Amino acid sequence: MKSLKALENPIAEPAFELEILEQSGIEPFENKLDSIGLFPLKPTQIEILQINMGKMCNQVCKHCHVDAGPDRKEIMTRETMGDCLEVIRNNQINTIDLTGGAPEMNPDFRWFIEEIRKINTECTIIVRCNLTIILANPKYHDLPDFYKKHQIEVVSSLPYFTAMKTDSQRGNGVFDRSIRALQMLNEVGYGMPDSGLILNLVYNPSGAFLPPAQEALQAEFKKKLKDKFDIHFNSLFTITNIPISRFLEYLIRSENYEDYMEKLLQSFNPVAAQNVMCRNTISVGWDGFLFDCDFNQMLDLKVDTVDSQHISDWNTRSLSNRSIIVNKHCFGCTAGAGSSCGGATAE
Amino acid sequence: MKTYYNPEDLKKFGKIGDLQKPLADKFFDYYGEVFAEGALTAREKSLIALAVAHAIQCPYCIDAYTTDTLEKGCDEEQMMEAVHVAAAIRGGASLVHATQMMNKINEISM
Repeated sequence: MKSLKALENPIAEPAFELEILEQSGIEPFENKLDSIGLFPLKPTQIEILQINMGKMCNQVCKHCHVDAGPDRKEIMTRETMGDCLEVIRNNQINTIDLTGGAPEMNPDFRWFIEEIRKINTECTIIVRCNLTIILANPKYHDLPDFYKKHQIEVVSSLPYFTAMKTDSQRGNGVFDRSIRALQMLNEVGYGMPDSGLILNLVYNPSGAFLPPAQEALQAEFKKKLKDKFDIHFNSLFTITNIPISRFLEYLIRSENYEDYMEKLLQSFNPVAAQNVMCRNTISVGWDGFLFDCDFNQMLDLKVDTVDSQHISDWNTRSLSNRSIIVNKHCFGCTAGAGSSCGGATAE
Repeated sequence: MKTYYNPEDLKKFGKIGDLQKPLADKFFDYYGEVFAEGALTAREKSLIALAVAHAIQCPYCIDAYTTDTLEKGCDEEQMMEAVHVAAAIRGGASLVHATQMMNKINEISM
């Protein structure tokens, strides 16, 4: 399977995606925010720096909002990582959240983490690991030890505790390899009681419907993964599929687009709107540009500042005072129990 | 094409109150409470509803509770097992009447 970009699908173009969102019959997101006194949406405090290390990935998941895959060559340079390190050195950032693609495929991935730890031994470093990368090549087999050495928090997607649902979304054989990788992480202590090594899993729906209640599904996942595979983990994050990129293409192709948008609108939750992740996060693109969130990054909606649109021009004051750019895809983060890179926001 | 069942009509369910509001309000309040977490989880109730939807062959209910069970975190295997429960009860309900047939056979046979 190829990326939408390699297939020259027009949905790979942000401007086309925005046009599709504009054409949706649902009301603008701004109106809903305005009705609860949240428009314009402002940041609370910048606590999380989410860094996209590149779009290269060993998997081609059907719902991927990054349109990542082996055919994507965009990766962050060491120079841009250096700019990120400057920001981390000079600001109170609690959490560095590394994502991709498969961030581990960036040749400077380990160097970057070592440099972050030299600056800050206390901050949380999250790696969004797709699990299969650990088994993809012998050079990645020691990743669990590397994560452990640097006290990395591992966050990994596992759409379900069965092969059928997982493989249908992430590719044939992904479930079995993911299970093996989880066992390898458990073996070095990840997800094990009292180890202090955090292993969180991510569920997202395998179609045009909303995620279940996080707590109930977590209990189900814990029981099934323990009973069937003797796997342990800390928390399960439920995440809503955002109608952009490959998931948008699926919605249109399957004629679910309008119904899904309507469902997101009908499920609008003001509490989730208060807690959207873009209020305490800045997302850094592989090329160093700054965005309100990973989804705005993929839609090429750069932060609304005059002097701080790139990591090399970071200006905390400008970023803290900016208005967050919203569009209809934002209904995905405010539906039901809410959705963020850390799971539900309103439970 | 005109059909008796139109998927779009499911969205109009709430409109039954236009003709008789007090009873509709009572029904929807009751409905909401029935499906809330209780001694049974919302997930278990959703699977029961999916099975019943098949037993009574209500296309609206099948659409609604297929989505709902997925949104409660059920997978296809669990959902199909629920439908088999409905099928087993329906099949069993026919077959168990065979005892009545057998009684009658005995009654009127030499």
